[in-house]
Amino acid sequence: MATATAKRITDIGPPHYEKFLHPVVKKNYGTWRYHENIQPGVLCHVAESGDRIYTVRAGSPRLLSVQTLRQFADLADRYADGYLRFTSRHNVEFLLSDREQIAPLVGALAELGFPVGGTNNAISNIVHTQGWVHCHSAATDASGIVKAVMDVLYDRFTHENLPAKLRIALACCLNMCGAVHCSDIAILGVHRRAPKVNHETLPRTCEVPTLIASCPTGAIRPATVAEKASVEVVQEQCMFCGNCYTVCPSMPLNDPENDGLSIWVGGKVSNARSAPAFSKLAIPFIPNNPPRWPEVVDAVVNIVDVYARHARKFERMGEWIARIGWPRFFELTGIPFTRYHLDDFKHAGLSYARSTHIRL
Amino acid sequence: MADDDTKTPLLDQLEEGPWPSFVTEIKRAGTKSPVCGDLLGQLEQSYAEKKGHWKHGGIVGVLGYGGGVIGRYSDLPEKYPNVAHFHTMRVNQPAGWFYTSDAIRTLCDIWEEHGSGLTNMHGSTGDIVFLGTRTDQLEPAFKKLTAAGFDLGGSGSSMRTPSCCVGQARCEWACYDTMALCDDLTRSYQDELHRPPFPYKFKIKCSGCPNDCVASIARADLSIIGTWKGEIQQDAGAIAEYAASGLDIQKDVCDRCPTRCMTYERGTLTIENRECVRCMHCINVMPKALGPGTERGATILIGAKAPIVQGALLSSVLVPFVPAEELAETIKELLKRVWEFWDEYGKNRERIGELIQRVGLANFLDAIGLDPVPEMVSAPRDNPFIFYQTDGDGH
Repeated sequence: MATATAKRITDIGPPHYEKFLHPVVKKNYGTWRYHENIQPGVLCHVAESGDRIYTVRAGSPRLLSVQTLRQFADLADRYADGYLRFTSRHNVEFLLSDREQIAPLVGALAELGFPVGGTNNAISNIVHTQGWVHCHSAATDASGIVKAVMDVLYDRFTHENLPAKLRIALACCLNMCGAVHCSDIAILGVHRRAPKVNHETLPRTCEVPTLIASCPTGAIRPATVAEKASVEVVQEQCMFCGNCYTVCPSMPLNDPENDGLSIWVGGKVSNARSAPAFSKLAIPFIPNNPPRWPEVVDAVVNIVDVYARHARKFERMGEWIARIGWPRFFELTGIPFTRYHLDDFKHAGLSYARSTHIRL
Repeated sequence: MADDDTKTPLLDQLEEGPWPSFVTEIKRAGTKSPVCGDLLGQLEQSYAEKKGHWKHGGIVGVLGYGGGVIGRYSDLPEKYPNVAHFHTMRVNQPAGWFYTSDAIRTLCDIWEEHGSGLTNMHGSTGDIVFLGTRTDQLEPAFKKLTAAGFDLGGSGSSMRTPSCCVGQARCEWACYDTMALCDDLTRSYQDELHRPPFPYKFKIKCSGCPNDCVASIARADLSIIGTWKGEIQQDAGAIAEYAASGLDIQKDVCDRCPTRCMTYERGTLTIENRECVRCMHCINVMPKALGPGTERGATILIGAKAPIVQGALLSSVLVPFVPAEELAETIKELLKRVWEFWDEYGKNRERIGELIQRVGLANFLDAIGLDPVPEMVSAPRDNPFIFYQTDGDGH
């Protein structure tokens, strides 16, 4: 351990990954030949050498206590030669060289309350942000909605019974720390009221020109209030992005009655079959209803169920919608189409239907 | 606090149901850390009022670094004094998010001693997130972390912690060594990571194949996505096995190919490799039978971002193919030129993708010394308002 007199260590970067690799992984690095699916949440990768490594994937709430992390470490020691990793979707993975250890590990995880799944045509864990647990600009909580949604979609995590993979993500404001904008289903926190300028604190907390420049629609104008330099917001020009609040704390736009959620569908990241795509607006607004957000849960489950019933094998959400057309999507899901579905920002015209290819 | 204040009837409802509960996690950490009780109290109040109670971040950090710590303060410090300061430390993850049990325990010991005992494994960008500590604990925690071989990640207008997929460690599709590249870039740009030099954030993500498991095309200013030249590798025996096991190769593989570059007749799969766009569908469906070609490398794309400020962007092609062995050097040379241009012309909080949109791809290419190629566009322009250059030949 470093002492008070030791040289201060900086700029060393992360530990080199090599020392964290399972010996079978290290030996067969770069020479994997193929993989097989053993059961939902369990993969087997086979190397050219004939060696096999088994991966057991379990869902986690992302927000983890050190106590639970130590339990994961203990499980890794007992079943996986002391090696584990995490995925880009907050799942924990144990790497096993002994196939016989799969069932006991799955059992031990179940006992601790961690479901095994999230592979192939299952719904994987929900990528999400901090919400009210730790963020100042959140229009909603993240962990609570994720928990409520995954409770209901639990069987879709533990079974691979969808037409294709389905990726859900949640961001609690338009900053999108969770970059949800290319998800099969995105749950996005939204503000709907312009920031309320705190004229008292603004002059000492914010730089007015920077603040004015921060607004993508030019809705913020200089104003003198009580003989102090401040700003005013042109209400009808505000699209509630919150960028001004990010650069100036005196522009809060949290509003309990008007903040809430929107739902977006049909985005994807992978290049498989169709090109990566943004998610498109399905539901413009659902009010916050903690602690379990039943309206959000119902909306997500409805979209998942309609998709599962109608999409063909291998069709991601967006590919299914591209085949059947948006009018049919709204009809099948029963979601009303509104003025908010019509884009009015940059490049809006590109989303207008510019053909007579209409399913009448 | 009075007993009544420690009750959390709303949050308790999130301990019900089969999915693991973050509320349970906060309570577990609370058995050792007094911070968690106040965190739960404030969160319960947020649930009751439908409103967050964190103040806008402040500038806090460790000595000599301009990033890696997100300042966070409660707006109810008298009511919840233990979370009056509740700063986040971003700890740079090892490439591919691999750990030993001992490494996990080391991290836990440090965070139990110097913070709330709550983590995110991991944050959206990839860091290990240590949630919640006081300003006076930042430096001691940092000292323990570096002694254990860990360092902080990026925040603010710095390069953000690069991340990568599992790559060649456990995936047969990785067309280059994502973990080695990610680790190399992370080490090469420690200064950019720790001392914010840019107009805004800059993210780098390394995916080994076009399945893009780290969402680089959606989330990274610089997206490095593995691909290959030449023929898809085939194993005729394994193709027959898939057919025998009931896979309808014509319908499920050939008919799903976006360029219809393959046919399956009388047990033989024929691929017109020149037509293949490397989408991965056929390989995904028959991993034992098909594999990426042997001449491997990556496509380099630029400019993805989330909506703030001028709208969301996907990355677009900058270099169609770089051989795997030339990737690190090519990227470092490119980054030097890209950052120089961004530094000179980028506005405050303008991401590189937005700057390219503003000045146009042609001007950007001129600035970084790349020639335009047709792989960079989905189609040539259809608008005839062309800025013909009057000096030089302009073509």
